[in-house]
Amino acid sequence: MATEERRRERLDRGIKVRTEGIYAISTWQEMAYLLVPRLVLILGILMLPLVIPSLYWQRVISIVCIYALLSLGFDFLAHFVGLVSLGGAFFIGVGGYLAAILSTSLGLPPALTIPIATLVGGAICTFLLLPCLPLRGIYFAIVTLMYPLVLAKIIEALDILGGTDGIAGVASFQSRWVEQYFIIVMVIISLFGLRRLVNEDVGLVFRGVKDNDQAVRASGISITLYKSIAVYIASALGCLGGAYLVHLYMWAGISLFALDFSILPIAATVIGGGGTLVGPLVGSFILVPISELLRAFGTLRIVFYALILMAFIVFGSEGIMVYAQRKYHQFERWVKV
Amino acid sequence: MDNEGPLKRFNKKVDIIIYGTINSIALALMALGFTLVYGISRLPNFAHGALYVITGFIVWGFINTLGLNYFLAIILSLAITGLIGAAIYQFVLIRVRGMAISEIIASYAIALAILEGLRWGGFKGMTYTLPVFMEGGVEIFGVPVDLQRLIVVGIGIVVVAFLWLFTHYNKIGLALRGMAQDERAAMMLGIDSDRMAVIAMALGSVLAGLAAVVLLPLGNIVVEAGYRVLIFAIAVCIVGGLGSWVGAVLAAFIIGFAQIITVAYIESHFHMVVALLAIIITLILRPSGLFGRQKELEERV
Repeated sequence: MATEERRRERLDRGIKVRTEGIYAISTWQEMAYLLVPRLVLILGILMLPLVIPSLYWQRVISIVCIYALLSLGFDFLAHFVGLVSLGGAFFIGVGGYLAAILSTSLGLPPALTIPIATLVGGAICTFLLLPCLPLRGIYFAIVTLMYPLVLAKIIEALDILGGTDGIAGVASFQSRWVEQYFIIVMVIISLFGLRRLVNEDVGLVFRGVKDNDQAVRASGISITLYKSIAVYIASALGCLGGAYLVHLYMWAGISLFALDFSILPIAATVIGGGGTLVGPLVGSFILVPISELLRAFGTLRIVFYALILMAFIVFGSEGIMVYAQRKYHQFERWVKV
Repeated sequence: MDNEGPLKRFNKKVDIIIYGTINSIALALMALGFTLVYGISRLPNFAHGALYVITGFIVWGFINTLGLNYFLAIILSLAITGLIGAAIYQFVLIRVRGMAISEIIASYAIALAILEGLRWGGFKGMTYTLPVFMEGGVEIFGVPVDLQRLIVVGIGIVVVAFLWLFTHYNKIGLALRGMAQDERAAMMLGIDSDRMAVIAMALGSVLAGLAAVVLLPLGNIVVEAGYRVLIFAIAVCIVGGLGSWVGAVLAAFIIGFAQIITVAYIESHFHMVVALLAIIITLILRPSGLFGRQKELEERV
């Protein structure tokens, strides 16, 4: 007796294939197919502070954006270069402390401290991580997990940079709207910039480093150079978030090296869908507000997102955006085998 | 906050030698479970520190709420910790086996859930202490040492000896060792990889619990110890070479003495910095550790 076997077949939608090359676009429908998802995202984020009137939740949006920058960096490093960094707090801390020092001791305004902290902070992080770049996999993860802890302990032990009290009196932004929209625009620019980057030639090399670094090496390309470029990009994003955070709170302290900055971006990436770059953003917009709502429960919220993270990892979930993109681009049908 | 290490200034060389030895053996005890699990199943068990702390609280609970005998409480809680470890593998880690990063993230998430859950549940402060096994102290070469610290040394030696005997003369121990040496060959000989991993996790958890039971009477049970023990365990294992036992014991001595010497001559805050720097320096200079020779090729570009 022959049993009828079926399997589900996934096919790209015709419109996806037609719109892949920009020159082939000829109808409004095809343009809309490309533009609508992007516009929904951009306008959605831009409108958010206008729709939400409460000051508290606007502040939460700023925090979400900081985490979004970190998660973007994490996703980029992990899924496009193959370096899993568990040390988001390290980037935040370096950028934050740098901005705080520039602001308090040199009296620079945020318009200068943030760019300087981003560029120089990224360079400092890359320089400090340079010796670990030959490491891969679990070793790189462990070493990056240790970096923020070491810096926090050293600041505590040597009592430098304000010790446990931190640096107070950091300048704030001119207005609430500058404060709000600066970071939102930065997130959007970073997102689309990174998306563009990973499809350029450089992005191809990055993926080569991830998939088969020996082949890249055999092609006469320096792995360490490309890894350090990637780490520079990711750490500059983190430093930007850190510098912004310091100006937002007008204070820098050891809490910049807190565990949250390392764990939450990973959770956001896993939930949002790794390797999509949009996913981490979506993940942060889901996780951070939830963890704000749970603030009253204290450390229980760490338990909460640790459990979510574990569930997503263990059940091998693909993440929200991977799922959404698949549904958008492909249709499924049952075929007889 | 630091309660295991004797964090006072040492003025004599004998002090450094004696307390350095004790500290090193304490470190070895903390790390043995971690290195055992990694060595056998290639599982980086980041929940190690959480298991350490939870054993302390279970023993405390048995003694103070159920009023059990101290010895009985220890035996029972070690068994429970072993079961927790086995459960962690059986229900969580088994699904991500082989994906190193997922293993780290999943086990670290478990650790966070346990530790932060305990903190949320109010298990913090100075109220949680375990009684020492034996009161009093002795003088060794003119250095006062309390008996509990001597017991630490004794148990450390016994555990290492037991592990050696277990893995050389017991069937399960030999199977574990086979697994550690070559997983595929072991599987061909009919050794079940998952069953061995469950046993390894249970054994590793019991070792974490044993370290807790022996070391916690020297201070308070605090949640932060979970993170500290994890870092010390990772430090020892990485310096010694992940999965190498001899390396782990030697590395425990290197880090242990380095810690005591920095505490003696520089400052007590550097207790933790030494361990962290040891990890970073070893990974940079020699990622496979002092004794983990075979992995050098596959992990380093």
